[in-house]
Amino acid sequence: MSAGSVKPDKRMSAADMVAQLSDGMTIGIGGWGPRRKPMALVREILRSDLKDLTVVAYGGADVGMLCAAGKVKKVVFAFVSLDAIPLEPWFRKARESGTLEVLELDEGMFQWGLKAAAFGLPFLPTRVGLGTDLAELGGLKTVQSPYADGETLVAMPALKLDAALIHVNRSDWRGNVQVFGPDVYYDEWFAKAAAKTFVSCEELVDRMEDHYADSAQDNLFERCFVSGVVEMPGGAHPSSMPPHYGWDMKAFKAYADSAKDPGDWDAVKDHFVGASEAEYLANFGGKEAVAALPLPIF
Amino acid sequence: MSDTITKPSLAELCIVACSEAFRGNGEIVATGVGPVPRLAASLAKLTHSPELMMTDGECYLVEQPVPIGPRKYEDRKPAGYLPFSRFFDSAVWTGRRHAMVTPTQLDRFGQINLSYMGGTYQKPKTQMLGVRGFPGNTIYHANSFFFPAHGPRVFVPGEVDMISGVGYNPAKRVAGGNYSGLDLRVIVTNLCVMDFNGPDNAIRVISLHPGVTFDEVQAATGFELHKADTIATTALPDAEALEIIAQLDPHNIRASVINDNPPAVREA
Repeated sequence: MSAGSVKPDKRMSAADMVAQLSDGMTIGIGGWGPRRKPMALVREILRSDLKDLTVVAYGGADVGMLCAAGKVKKVVFAFVSLDAIPLEPWFRKARESGTLEVLELDEGMFQWGLKAAAFGLPFLPTRVGLGTDLAELGGLKTVQSPYADGETLVAMPALKLDAALIHVNRSDWRGNVQVFGPDVYYDEWFAKAAAKTFVSCEELVDRMEDHYADSAQDNLFERCFVSGVVEMPGGAHPSSMPPHYGWDMKAFKAYADSAKDPGDWDAVKDHFVGASEAEYLANFGGKEAVAALPLPIF
Repeated sequence: MSDTITKPSLAELCIVACSEAFRGNGEIVATGVGPVPRLAASLAKLTHSPELMMTDGECYLVEQPVPIGPRKYEDRKPAGYLPFSRFFDSAVWTGRRHAMVTPTQLDRFGQINLSYMGGTYQKPKTQMLGVRGFPGNTIYHANSFFFPAHGPRVFVPGEVDMISGVGYNPAKRVAGGNYSGLDLRVIVTNLCVMDFNGPDNAIRVISLHPGVTFDEVQAATGFELHKADTIATTALPDAEALEIIAQLDPHNIRASVINDNPPAVREA
C-alpha cells in the first residue's frame, strides 16, 4: 500500500501477520526474558514454514522455541533467560550444537542499536564494549570523536528490523495502543526500529477514546508505528503480562525439562505450540487459568 | 541470648563483609544480585548508609529494602521508579550505581565472564547467560563481586574464556578509549576479602575469614595473589546486623548459599 492510503482498520489475524513475513527476515521481539513476550505471535511463526530468521530479542522462551524449531539462522542477544531457570535450555542446546550465528551485545548497547535504527542513523557511539571481547567477536568498529576530546568510541550499528512483534495491554483497531504495567522494557524502540510492527493485545476496543481516554499517557508508541493488531488474551503465556497475569513457571519447567535428553522438539511441539491458539491455551487450562496466574515476586 | 542464636554463619559474615562495599558510596543505586549481595546492600542501607538507593528487584525504588524470598506482591512500598526501560539513562550510563554480582569466572585482571565456557565461540561447550549488562556496568560504574565457593574454576589461570566485563588488562585498551569509569572495588568469597589495590591493580587479600590462611586462599586461586601490608581477620557480624539480616531473609535462604552452611568461625 502506498503512503497516504493507509487502511485505518489495522485488524488482522495472527496468521495474516505471519504471512507478511518472509524467510531470512530480521525480526525483533519485544518483552524481556520471561516477561511481556508476544508468545502467541511467536507460536504463529512456529506453525508456519518461515525459516532462516535473524531474531533480535532480550531473549526468553521466544528465542528458545524458535531455535528449537530450526527457524533461526542468527540471534542478536544480550542474554537468553527464564529468570528462575537462568539458562534457557533450548537456546543453550542450539548454541552448543554450533549451528547458530550470533551477535552478542550488552543490554544497553542493544537498546542503543534499536534507537539508531529508529532514527535512521548508521550507528550511535558508546563506550560500552571497550575492554571486552564484544567488539572483536561481533565485528563492531570504533569511531573517533571529531571534537577536541578525540575520544575513541564503539560505533554501535543500527539494529534495523524488518518486523517487530509486541504484546500490549490494549489497542483499538487503528493501532492506538496502551502499554502499561510495572516495566514496559524496550517495546517502544522495537516498534520504532522496525519497518512493520505487529501488535497482539490483551484487549481490543473499537475507539480508544470511547473506552480508556483517561489512560492516554499509556500510549507508549504512536499508531504510525503499528501495522497490524490482533486481540489475543493470554497471548504472552507462558511469560508474564502484568497486571493481567504472571508467568507460568510450571509451564516453563515442563518446557525446560523437555529439552533434556533426548530433547526432541517435534515430540513436544504439539503441547508447547499446538495447532491453534485455542488448542494451545486448552493445553494449559484455558484463558481463565492463565488470567489466574499470580504476578511474580522479585 | 543463647549460644545457638549468637553464633553467626559464614554466609552472615559474608553479608556483613559485602555490605561494607556499599559504605559511603553516596546517593547511588546499590544493586546486589543473588541472596548474599542483595542482603548486603539492604543491610548497608538499614545501617551505615541510608542514602543508598535500591529497587524492589523489579522496577520500583524503595526506601525500605524488601525482604528476599516469598512475600506478598503488595509488600513493596514504592518511593520512586527505576524500570529497565530507563535503567541505562538514569543509573548505568550516568555512573550512579554500584553492582555486586557473581560472574562464572574472574581472572587476575578482574575481567569477568558470563557468556560461555569451553569450546569455541561458534560452538561453546557450555553456553551461559550471555554478557547481560556487564560490559556497560564495568566501564561506567563501580562493581564488586561475591563468590560462595572460592576455587580455581572461578579464579581462573590465564584469562577468562570470554571477556564480558572490563578489567585492568593493558592489552585490552584501545588508544583514545575512556576507561575512567572502570572501578572494581572488592571481592568477597567464602574464604576472604580482596581488593584491586595491589601493584597495577593486582588483586590483593585484605582480610581472611576466621581460621583461614593466606596459603589456603592462594591454593584455591588460579593466579598469584598479593598480600595487603596488614591482613585483617574479617569482622564477625554483631547482634544488630544478625537481627536485620534475619528480618530481611525470613525464609533463611542465606543458609543455602555456601555449601553445608558452615559457621563463621571454623570449628576445630
